[in-house]
Parts: sequence; structure tokens; C-alpha cells
Amino acid sequence: MLKVEDLNVFYGGIHALKGVSLDINKGEIVTIIGSNGAGKSTLLNAISGFLKYKQGIITYKDEKLPINPNKVVKMGISQVPEGRLVFANLTVEDNIMLGAFLRNDKNKIKEDLEKVYELFPRLKEREKQIAGTLSGGEQQMLAMGRGLMSDPEIMLLDEPSLGLAPLLVQTVFDIIVNISKMDKTILLVEQNAYKALAIADRAYVLEQGKIKMEGSAKEIADNPSIREAYLGVKI
Amino acid sequence: MDLYYIQGILMLAGINLMSVLGLSLLTGFTGMFSFGHAGFMAIGGYTSAMMTVNYGWPFIPALLMGALTAALMSALIGKLTLNLKGDYFCIATLGFGEAIRLVLDNVQYFGGARGWPGIPNYTNFTNVLIINIIAIIILANIIRSRQGRNMIAVREEELASQIVGINVFKYKLISLMISAAYAGIAGGLMAHYMTFLQPKMFSLVKSTELTIIVIFGGLGSISGSVLGALVLTSLPEILRSFSNWRLVIYGLSVIVIMISRPEGLMGGYELTPSSMKKLFTRMRSKKGNLPKSMEGGDTL
Repeated sequence: MLKVEDLNVFYGGIHALKGVSLDINKGEIVTIIGSNGAGKSTLLNAISGFLKYKQGIITYKDEKLPINPNKVVKMGISQVPEGRLVFANLTVEDNIMLGAFLRNDKNKIKEDLEKVYELFPRLKEREKQIAGTLSGGEQQMLAMGRGLMSDPEIMLLDEPSLGLAPLLVQTVFDIIVNISKMDKTILLVEQNAYKALAIADRAYVLEQGKIKMEGSAKEIADNPSIREAYLGVKI
Repeated sequence: MDLYYIQGILMLAGINLMSVLGLSLLTGFTGMFSFGHAGFMAIGGYTSAMMTVNYGWPFIPALLMGALTAALMSALIGKLTLNLKGDYFCIATLGFGEAIRLVLDNVQYFGGARGWPGIPNYTNFTNVLIINIIAIIILANIIRSRQGRNMIAVREEELASQIVGINVFKYKLISLMISAAYAGIAGGLMAHYMTFLQPKMFSLVKSTELTIIVIFGGLGSISGSVLGALVLTSLPEILRSFSNWRLVIYGLSVIVIMISRPEGLMGGYELTPSSMKKLFTRMRSKKGNLPKSMEGGDTL
């Protein structure tokens, strides 16, 4: 459904992505794992239209994606950014409703709002609270709820477990599985390779701007070199 | 102090307020600082004066023409500079404001640096008041509208706004254009109040003064801007008895207030009938509770 071909991104003189290609099929959870600075977030930002790229092509349902974030959202791809980026001075409800910014179908929006609250009962409890006062985990849920409200077909999740307590990390991953069951396709970028591989269907390993390996999540998780480099297993 | 004098000060405050309201939308609600709004005032002032003096237009259409010209000019500038982030945009506007002033200094058609006397005196207390009230109502409605909320979203978190699908550039441009139109009207009012225009009136100092008023009144508060414009325009006049020292005292009082209330006089809150009611009930209930809480003090 989403296809990236031979993508090259430069930050000034730095060659951040060197010919990355990947494709994502409908209904899958695909994860991209890799260390700091491998280019994971760069890849997501290029898909979302935040970054200009010189070479390569990103297509969605055989249509080229524009380099313009608001148009990309309109086409059904929503990003949950790294570090959450919630509107700190607005209430939880307002934050969620902002996610429906581009939609006009009031009844469906209401339905989706209920769905989001069902998925995150915690947010329902804190509906009227100012978002900046939520805990890190709650803010992550809020950002994901907001991302869902644009009724996307593909969700791009950038490091959803970043800076969360271990107990919450598991919750967040459980939620990702639940979102995927809501007929959404998910592209998950994670440093927590162990957990990401546990829920994903397929995985790509990104290293210094190149795809080093790809395959089913199980294959990748069983690969000895990956186990040593990313899962911390001594062999 | 006679009524005429006080009216004069209030009119100056009203003219300042007009441009401050526009700047409030840009700085307070969209989060972009501008040091070139005197430039937009100059464009509005000279355009509307040209309309009334050279073409014999009535006052209000001339003002609107000034606003329109300023808005179009801002659209041009905005297209070029709005992609700049934070401080860089600020510096670009600073350059723009000075460029306008220097251009006007050299255009002999408008009298150049010597100034342009003989503009009819159309501005009076009533029309300044009415125009300001209309301007406040329009601004309050813009801020409460979908467009206004988008601007606030851009101020709060630009990246997240883009992620939910807000066209950040478009709303920055709209905000800049509206604020330039407001400044243009202010310039027109000023031209027909002073009956004289000189590029020097629209120097960087003027732009800075406007920005100071917005911050002093409180970012993101219309009533703060109103209060700020009234206080800071009349302060130098109230301090006139200190003669040479008045601008020093003016500067000091701004500094003192900014230290004690860094969020500005209103600090993002609005002074509306309902909010005042809330404040009074809270104050009353506090007074009522005071003895009780003092009694309960030792149980803590």
C-alpha cells in the first residue's frame, strides 16, 4: 500500500538515508529497528512530507505522496511524532478533537471519539484536564488518540515507548496491537527492538541510512547478529 | 487638564491600539514577533492620505484602501519570509520596516524626508472609538473562529499542528495579512489626526513600541492589548511633570512591571463580563472562607 523506493535524504552535506526501499501492505504491523542516528525518524518524516528529498519516490496506493504534511494527512497517513508533541495548554479533549481537523463528518467524528476513549479509558477520565499536566505515558496515549482521529489508513508511530516506565511500555505496545485490529496499517519505528519485533509482522533493520536486513519479524528476531546487536543476547 | 487634552491622549491611545490589536493577533495568537509593523502603518497612512488629498476620496474608503494596500504588501513579504523560523522572521520584518521608511524618505511625490503637510483632519474621537470597537469585535470573532483556533494551534506547537493537517504557512499568512490591515488603518487614522506625515514617524522605535505594548498587556489577550495601549500611551503624558526624567521613568516602570509580571498585565486572560463575575465570586468566597481556614490552621 505504501511504497518507498530508493529514497535519499540529505541534511546539508550529510547523507542520512542512502537509497532506502521498503513497502508496507494493508493491515500489517511493520517495524523499523535501528540504533540512534540510523535514520529511522528521518524516514518517517520524509513519508510525512516534512523533509524534501532529492532522489527516490514515495507512493501511496500508486500515487506519489506530496512533500506537504497537511496533504499527506488528508490522504490518510497520520504520524504520531517522537516526543509526543501534544498541545500542552489545551485540554485532553481539545487535543483529541484537533486530530479530526481535516474532517467534516460530525457523526463519524463522534463515533471515532468514542472509539478513542474506549481504547484509552484513561483519557476519558482526564477529558477536561490540561494536556501538559498528564504523565508521559498518558501524553503518549493522547498523541496516539489524536493520530487516530484523522481516521488514517496508515499510522506512523515514532518511538512510542520513548521515556516511558517499563510497565507503561508494555501497555503502549498492547495498544498498538489493538489499533492494528481496528483495521489500521502500522509503521512502527522503535529502539526497543525486542518489544517491537514481538508484535510486528515484518521488520526492517536500518543501519547508517541503509536497510541492512528485512524479513518477517520472527526471522529477524531469530537472526544471530541481530540478536547480538539489538536484543542484547550474547552468543 | 482640560477635556480636549485628555481626548487627544485617548485618540493617540486608540490609534496605537488599532495597530496593537493587529500585532496581538500575529504575536499573541500566532506566535510570530514582528518589528516591522510601523512599516505597515506607514503604507496605510500614506495610501489613505493619497486617496483623500490627491483623489478626494471620503475618509472611510480611504482608510480601507490603506488597509488593503498594507495587507497586499504583507502578503508579498509573507510569501518570501514566513518560511523563516522564529528570530529570522523577526529580523526580516525589521529589515522590511526600515526599508519602507527609507523608500518613503526618498519618494518626492510624498514630500520625501521633509514630510507631507496639509492632510485633512478627519480623525476625531468618535470615529477612533467606533473603529476600535469594531476592530475588537472582529478580532474577538476571528480568534473564536476555526481560523483563530488554528492560529493558536500554530503558536502552541507548530510541528504537531502540521501533523494534524493544519496548513501552517497559510494560517501564518492570514494572520500576518489581517494584522497588517489593522496597522494600515492605524496609519490612516494617524495621518488624518496629525494632518502631517513624515517617514520618521514610522521608524523602528514605533515598531518596538507596538511590540512592547503587546507583551506588556499580555500575549494572547485582547483586553491585555487594550489595557497596555491605554497605559503605555498615556504614561509619558501623565509623567510630563517630571520633564526630562519622564522617559527614564517610563522605561523603568515597563521594566518593573515586566519583572513582577513576566506574562504581561493580563497574562493570556481576557477581561469579559463573565470572567469578571467569576473573579468577584471567587474573591467573595475567599473572604468568606478566610476565618474558617484560619481556624483550621492548627489541625494541619
